[in-house]
Amino acid sequence: MLSFLIRRLLQTIPTVLAVVLLVFVLFSVVPGSIASSMSDDADPHVELRLKQQLGLNDPVYVRFGNYIAKLTTGDFGTSFRTREPVTTMVAKRAWPTLQLIFTAMAFSVLLGVPLGFIAALRPGGLVDSAAMVLAVSGLSIAKFWLGLVLMYLFALKLGWLPSFGYGDGGLKYLLLPAITLGVSPMALFARTTRAAVLEIMTADFVRTARSKGMSETRVVKWHVMRNALVIILTTVGLQFGGLMGQAVVVEKLFSWPGIGSLLVDSVLQRDIPAVQGSILVVVLAFLALNLLIDVLYGVIDPRIRYA
Amino acid sequence: MMFRMIAIVAALGLALAGSAEAQTPRKGGTIRMTAPYGSSFTSLDIHTTQRAQDEIYAKALHRSLYIWNSAEGKPVPELAKEVVVSGGGLVYTFKLRDDAYFHNGRKMTADDVIWTYNRIMDGTKAYPGARFVRIIEGAAAVEKGQAKEISGLKKIDDFTVEMKLTEKVDPGFYFFTALTSIYPADEAAKDSFIQHPIGLGPFKFVEHVPGSRIVLERWDRFYKPGKPYADKVIVSIMGEAAARDVAFRNKEIDTSVLGPAQYVAYQADPNLKGTIVEVAEVFTRYMGMNPAFKPFADKRVRQAINYAIDTDLIINKLVKGKAYRATSWLPLTSPAYDKTMKPYPFDPAKAKQLLAEAGYPQGFEFEWTTSQNESWGLPIVSAVIPMLDRVGIKAKVKQVETAVLAEVVRTGDYQAFIYSQQSGPDPLAALKCFHSSTPQPACNYMNFKNAEFDKILDEAGQADDAAKRTQLLQKANALLYEEAPVWFFNYNKAVMAVQPWLHGIQLNPTELTHQNAEELWVDETSPAK
Repeated sequence: MLSFLIRRLLQTIPTVLAVVLLVFVLFSVVPGSIASSMSDDADPHVELRLKQQLGLNDPVYVRFGNYIAKLTTGDFGTSFRTREPVTTMVAKRAWPTLQLIFTAMAFSVLLGVPLGFIAALRPGGLVDSAAMVLAVSGLSIAKFWLGLVLMYLFALKLGWLPSFGYGDGGLKYLLLPAITLGVSPMALFARTTRAAVLEIMTADFVRTARSKGMSETRVVKWHVMRNALVIILTTVGLQFGGLMGQAVVVEKLFSWPGIGSLLVDSVLQRDIPAVQGSILVVVLAFLALNLLIDVLYGVIDPRIRYA
Repeated sequence: MMFRMIAIVAALGLALAGSAEAQTPRKGGTIRMTAPYGSSFTSLDIHTTQRAQDEIYAKALHRSLYIWNSAEGKPVPELAKEVVVSGGGLVYTFKLRDDAYFHNGRKMTADDVIWTYNRIMDGTKAYPGARFVRIIEGAAAVEKGQAKEISGLKKIDDFTVEMKLTEKVDPGFYFFTALTSIYPADEAAKDSFIQHPIGLGPFKFVEHVPGSRIVLERWDRFYKPGKPYADKVIVSIMGEAAARDVAFRNKEIDTSVLGPAQYVAYQADPNLKGTIVEVAEVFTRYMGMNPAFKPFADKRVRQAINYAIDTDLIINKLVKGKAYRATSWLPLTSPAYDKTMKPYPFDPAKAKQLLAEAGYPQGFEFEWTTSQNESWGLPIVSAVIPMLDRVGIKAKVKQVETAVLAEVVRTGDYQAFIYSQQSGPDPLAALKCFHSSTPQPACNYMNFKNAEFDKILDEAGQADDAAKRTQLLQKANALLYEEAPVWFFNYNKAVMAVQPWLHGIQLNPTELTHQNAEELWVDETSPAK
């Protein structure tokens, strides 16, 4: 296990380097500069000095080299926009995003997986049909629209929850954005679980277990659930990445202080260090979660070995 | 004069303000404002950012030498008790307040003012306020790194500063925005200042949740007796109009800027109609034409564009009436606005005739650079294209991001573009953007050069008599209208919904969201504690 972990950690290095390089190159070729973002009346002479001070006149490879050198010391650079260390900025925004993503994931798993199970146990029945209609709707619904509907319903009409803001970071502020973000993966989990369970139900080992006289409850619990969990876990792993991407819409809509909105604001204002820092953190989080999922595979299914 | 104009364009808002004045302001409570312009606050160092969004909180936290007085429609001294003008209108002596305390408890002195202006001119930082401080003698030399201190600024004593200007302008128009906020010398140089800003304003900094809100609380040593009224100000970032709408209806916020669609909806709703305040802001929306692109070098072609577009139709149908028709460059709330001016009528026949006279009987084709902005971007361009097509002019759309558009406009890398540009509050400064000595990247985006215009504007700049100056500015504005370097589209009508318990809202034409927070108060019906 330890050697597996070390190997996987080493494998992330080229991935991270490739992402950093890609972002660097992209922001070297896109039009628009930090000088014009900062002042629409910047004297050309000042613009030149500013670029010099920020090291923007150096060739891309020099800047890239400097950046990598700084990264190795844990320094993400200084934001062009706020003049704050990017590490501080990203750290402030990472926790709210994690809160949002994990709550959304918990909501989607806790609702989606049982829904898929129940639907699969009585295929073609009323619950199955209703669950699948819900799943298709959940997958097709636009987050922005869903968020507004939830705000309208739970804040304006029922008065149960605040419609926006971070507040003290408590659950009542977190619920609406997390549900908005979680509905789509919830629908996906319902569908995936249903498909997985239906497939496993017809597998040879399930038939064998039944023929040996095992009760249906034990069959579902020991054979179906355990095997379906591996598939569900894969989907959860993939969905984490998706949620990070989709969080930006929700963060913007609900004035949630996450890393997604930091990234978008930084892109729009050509704040390259902040863009790089945000992307890097998102990528690292994604890689860490995938690693965690891989470890969990082994816990659930001993057949998966870490050779 | 400006007050009269505001009264005309914002009768409803004034009625609301008037009723507020009739009551005695209540002490205490929380004011919940919104920052509606999309993204997070750029920085807590207000010198570094020129975005209207950031100035919303800065108006409560900081103070500049002057302040915008919406009732009088002009900037008035704020940190100075007395201003003496001498040297033929070029030397200003400011007798500073001796009762202004920074939020760290230290009294403001002349050193802070001088330190602040020197900081803003640091040429390695590109502080956007440099464009204002540049009017002080010797400031440009500091910016270019040729001098260490601005020679035109002199400390007479701890509370007296002398300022020598390079030209005869009213410095009030230059030193009222938050971009020139006075900082505490030395303290502001520390790294901690960016995390925890210290100002002179009526509210002090408490908390910043990046991407979400800024919280400020009353500064008890604020120099205006009895002010501020409220205990706390919260400015929430809410870029999505629909989310703001729900929050406003749900009484979670006290102010909400309305877009065209909401403007229509709120007007139609009897419960919300009374919450609307509106003002003609000092921004002109226009299509700029590049004179280096051959057809646009001919005045007749530029005029033809103005005749060919049914501007009223676009304002009524697309902008939903949330704009005022432009009649040249200076907006309704400019002190030099000439109300006798009439807009170009919609006259395609006249446009065709002018095009034929200019040598383009079959029209021509051009590339039109635009952003996605709903009020002055792609939707407007899409509506105008068929109108131009009717007179033979074909337009190809080039869509870019707003940040890219700003660069395109500054560098002149366009055939035509559509934009919103500040056209006030100082009419001289606004028209100076068309002076041939103004470089294109500064604000002469159409690279306009006209000797007669220069002469009139120079005369206006030298005029001591206010009436004579206004007359000359109106003449220059009329000449600009005749030369038509742009399609004169509209002046922005800013609309904000204000909860009935919030009082003291100022109809600020420089930016309606910029409120002098010490004037605001909430009555006991406010649901916020």
